[in-house]
Amino acid sequence: MDSTVTTVAEENVWDGGNKPLGASYGKMMIWFFIVSDSLTFAGFLVTYGFARFKFADSWIIADEVFTHVPFFHGSYPMYYVAFMTFILIMSSVTMVLAVDAGHKMQKKKTTWYMFLTVLGGLIFIGSQAWEWATFIKGDYGALETKGGRIIQFQAADTGERLALKDFAKTIPSERVNHERRNGVWYYGEKELPSYSLNEVIEGVKADPNVVVRVEKLNERGEKTVLSREESLKKLDETVGVVEGANLIHNEYGNRLFADLFFFITGFHGFHVSVGIILNIIVFFNVLLGTYEKRGHYEMVEKVGLYWHFVDLVWVFVFTFFYLV
Amino acid sequence: MAEDQKLAIFRGYWKFKSNVHKIWGVLILLTLVTAVEVILGIIKPEVLVHSHFLGMKWLNWIFIILTIVKAYYIAWDFMHLRDEKTSLRRIIVWTGVFLISYMVFILLFEADYVHNVLKEGFIAWNF
Repeated sequence: MDSTVTTVAEENVWDGGNKPLGASYGKMMIWFFIVSDSLTFAGFLVTYGFARFKFADSWIIADEVFTHVPFFHGSYPMYYVAFMTFILIMSSVTMVLAVDAGHKMQKKKTTWYMFLTVLGGLIFIGSQAWEWATFIKGDYGALETKGGRIIQFQAADTGERLALKDFAKTIPSERVNHERRNGVWYYGEKELPSYSLNEVIEGVKADPNVVVRVEKLNERGEKTVLSREESLKKLDETVGVVEGANLIHNEYGNRLFADLFFFITGFHGFHVSVGIILNIIVFFNVLLGTYEKRGHYEMVEKVGLYWHFVDLVWVFVFTFFYLV
Repeated sequence: MAEDQKLAIFRGYWKFKSNVHKIWGVLILLTLVTAVEVILGIIKPEVLVHSHFLGMKWLNWIFIILTIVKAYYIAWDFMHLRDEKTSLRRIIVWTGVFLISYMVFILLFEADYVHNVLKEGFIAWNF
């Protein structure tokens, strides 16, 4: 019974100051927010699941996409994102330590722990920006077919992925980036890719060691590699060169992957940014002694709940985008 | 946070002297679980990749279960649901669990159906 019934005298029930379920008004409200926001995130991640199940036999293999670590060359899948996850968990720990210190009215400790939490958040958001930049810039480059599918290239003998620059020919041509000063009737044009479609196709034809890999997964769950003859035939279906990823084209494979990656990690990154701002505000309030005067540090606890929630969401994003 | 804090995890098997100790203990646990996930993700054991359960690789089941384990400890110890009243905890957790399971079920089932339509129906989508 203690859990649902407030135990104050009857006449005080409607006078305010009551704490149903033992939670203050502010805490109850942050829990309302967290529950509804977790449903929002769940909706997004389930959408990702939908796209993935729909294209179950041609979905992107995450290990081939997120292979970079800053300052290191080569392919190291997983390591960097594991580091990011650890940073966020760590900043969750300093947050909960701040809450604990606040509970004991230790102003100095709370200040330091809040500072470390903000720092952890900034490192995380910086890492995510780097991850985005790498994803947008692209890796090997690919061609897009009429049906909007992606074809990539690899060496027939070693099975290693080939970047467009490894085999594309340089053919002098008249095609230049269209700029505003060259015409009044100006339609925007993005930067041209490093190679034209023709240059890539001629490059493939000239080098017998280049074969095409398509999105379709084989029975071992790897991308299907076509024979040399099939590869050359496949080139007839291509319409353009794709380098990197954006909301319309994606050199790694299905464009929905890029769309959902930008959307979900972006929405999470937005939450982290908001969390950092809230943490900074609370940090200064702790520093100025606002909560000391108020007599309790509940605000640290409330912003802490939000911060842990952001960490909680990342744990799921990490699993569904990088592991599964 | 309720005044009296519960200072044990694993149903009382792992007890801590203070709340701060408990926090570090949970960090160790979370780091360990993440490390296991990353190691499995890098080596991808053949046995787990090529055996399936309910249409999903065993490896993926392991990842999802470990994720839920992590979520449990973040919610219970960092968000200190462990110290809240039982009814508040149930309101928060079960609301999400019911709605999200329903959504996962209905959408993934539909996605699988759409997949089969694209695969077997007379629709050219890869031309």
